[in-house]
Amino acid sequence: MVGRARALPVLTRLAKIVVSLAVTLLGLLLVTFLIGRVVPVDPVLSVVGDRASQSTYDRVFLELGLDQPLVVQFWMYLQDVLRGDFGDSFLTKRPILDDIARVFPATLELATAGVLIGTILGIPLGVLAAVKQGKLADQIVRVVGLVGYSAPIFWLALLGLLVFYAQLGLVAGPGRVDITYEYDFTTKTGLLLLDTALQGRWEAFRNVFSHLILPACLLGYFSMAYISRMTRSFMLNELHQEYVTTARVKGVAEWRIVWVHALKNAAVPLVTVIVLSYMNLLEGSVLTETVFAWPGLGSYLTNSLQNADMNAVLGCTLVIGISFTALNLISDLLYSLLDPRVRRRR
Amino acid sequence: MTFVDREWLLTEQPASRRQARFGQAYRTWTSFRSNRLAMVGLGILVMLVLVAIFADVIAPYDPLRGGDLRTARLLPPSWTHLMGTDDQARDIFSRLVHGSRLTLMVVALVAVIATPIGLLVGTTAGYFGGWVDIVLMRITDIFLAFPRLILALAFVAALGPGIENAIIAIAITSWPPYARLARAETLTLREQDFINAARLQGASAPRIIWGYVVPLCMSSVIIRVTLDMAGIILTAAGLGFLGLGAQPPQPEWGAMIAGGRRFLIDYWWVATMPGLAIFVVSLGFNFLGDGLRDVLDPKGER
Repeated sequence: MVGRARALPVLTRLAKIVVSLAVTLLGLLLVTFLIGRVVPVDPVLSVVGDRASQSTYDRVFLELGLDQPLVVQFWMYLQDVLRGDFGDSFLTKRPILDDIARVFPATLELATAGVLIGTILGIPLGVLAAVKQGKLADQIVRVVGLVGYSAPIFWLALLGLLVFYAQLGLVAGPGRVDITYEYDFTTKTGLLLLDTALQGRWEAFRNVFSHLILPACLLGYFSMAYISRMTRSFMLNELHQEYVTTARVKGVAEWRIVWVHALKNAAVPLVTVIVLSYMNLLEGSVLTETVFAWPGLGSYLTNSLQNADMNAVLGCTLVIGISFTALNLISDLLYSLLDPRVRRRR
Repeated sequence: MTFVDREWLLTEQPASRRQARFGQAYRTWTSFRSNRLAMVGLGILVMLVLVAIFADVIAPYDPLRGGDLRTARLLPPSWTHLMGTDDQARDIFSRLVHGSRLTLMVVALVAVIATPIGLLVGTTAGYFGGWVDIVLMRITDIFLAFPRLILALAFVAALGPGIENAIIAIAITSWPPYARLARAETLTLREQDFINAARLQGASAPRIIWGYVVPLCMSSVIIRVTLDMAGIILTAAGLGFLGLGAQPPQPEWGAMIAGGRRFLIDYWWVATMPGLAIFVVSLGFNFLGDGLRDVLDPKGER
């Protein structure tokens, strides 16, 4: 009896999530479809070229289904996308999805490194700011964060290249790996740091690392700005709770109250924040990758934009939108898994 | 000026609605003034506006026409060229000064376009509830499912590059948070007595929304828009940097960085100076927004 009573809300909740997910995805598709329709680029011309005869033009026009009403066209688009067919790129002449699968690991590696750096630095800074609320340390963390919110990321990237690569020579320049090491190892996961480490190519590993470190630190700075700010506000919230007073009265050491009792409770919403900052980095990577010639999704997207390769642009937009939605879902699920209060309510 | 003295402003028994409003504004202002960062932010923005208004007077050179290409190209910062010259022998300082107009225009137009859309969608959804609410909020969520810059990129790619299209794209991607906020405010207002009274007097739904609900949502939405300004500037600069915003030779700051990128290693100032301008202005907006939040939302982070 108890089992069934519990299973039902879980099922309705699951159904709700699935429905809202389906609606969002449908909406994402509708948006990219409609954007694709208002493009001044003639989709027929981009297939046949501008020297084709009128009859060829008409044939392709019909083949592409452009004589059909918009609803039918959307339906066809929907079927294509669900089959994993995003169309071909005009630029590389290959299916968009293959291209995206090829470049995605580079972005994944960069964004993950960025989030790691941001989390490792951001959480302690946020805790420090909360403990020293209103003091100098708090002000400094606040300003460092606001600077992170205010600087254009591509500008900081250029400055970083100028100082650490051109002037000081501390890090490697644009790209993911020097050409001398490119054939030193085989690409399996697409995450070069992992590939080189697994194959024991330590010199190549070092090279990959010195290429990665600067863009990763930049993205890390931006995610640190966000994470430290949120950590501060969650910690302030926790430090005013009664259990903290109780612990103090009991004589628990102050560091233990802060780092064990309070941080443990603040950690639950923080997980959501970290996932959200991952999403922000996906966005930030578009501009960063352009500067660092990082062969990831961002570079692919901007390159397609500059060549008016609409299929690729919309494909990337869709993939990023879908990953965004997925990350949102993951953060919701994590939240309900980790927070005992939410867990009980299910 | 005897009647706008402190006593008149701070009285506990305001004699008119106007006096009460001025008094409230004055109290907000005093607590705002004690926030140092916010005052710095305000100072930066006042400077920006002044620079934009008096650009013709301040800028020593023409922002679009350069000097002698043989002698005045890529000069380092000096007293004749405060921030150096770019590859077209144009004075960078003059270009930055004129670029402030573009920045202000982007921010103002995005605010003017996106705020009413957000208000309209949010208040309508909140006021009617039910299916209207579900449909409108679903649409809002879909727009929120894309990262702002990416969606703006896709729109600009479709509409074609240019500063007008960039503004439209940024506006289209900015309204959803305002709609969310307006809806939340409307939900708390919907069942209040003065709304019911208006309804009983026979006021139509559009009239109630525009006449009663929107004015009350306005202040919180405007604060939210102010908080977003830095983000809008950064998005516009990003579009400019990717060559999708303002087109050369317009002195848009993001596009100027892109222009200086090729000379970065040898002529650092060409790309650095415009970035500094973007940074200072968006820092100003962030300082201001941060202060506003502290003052107007006392139960917030502080």
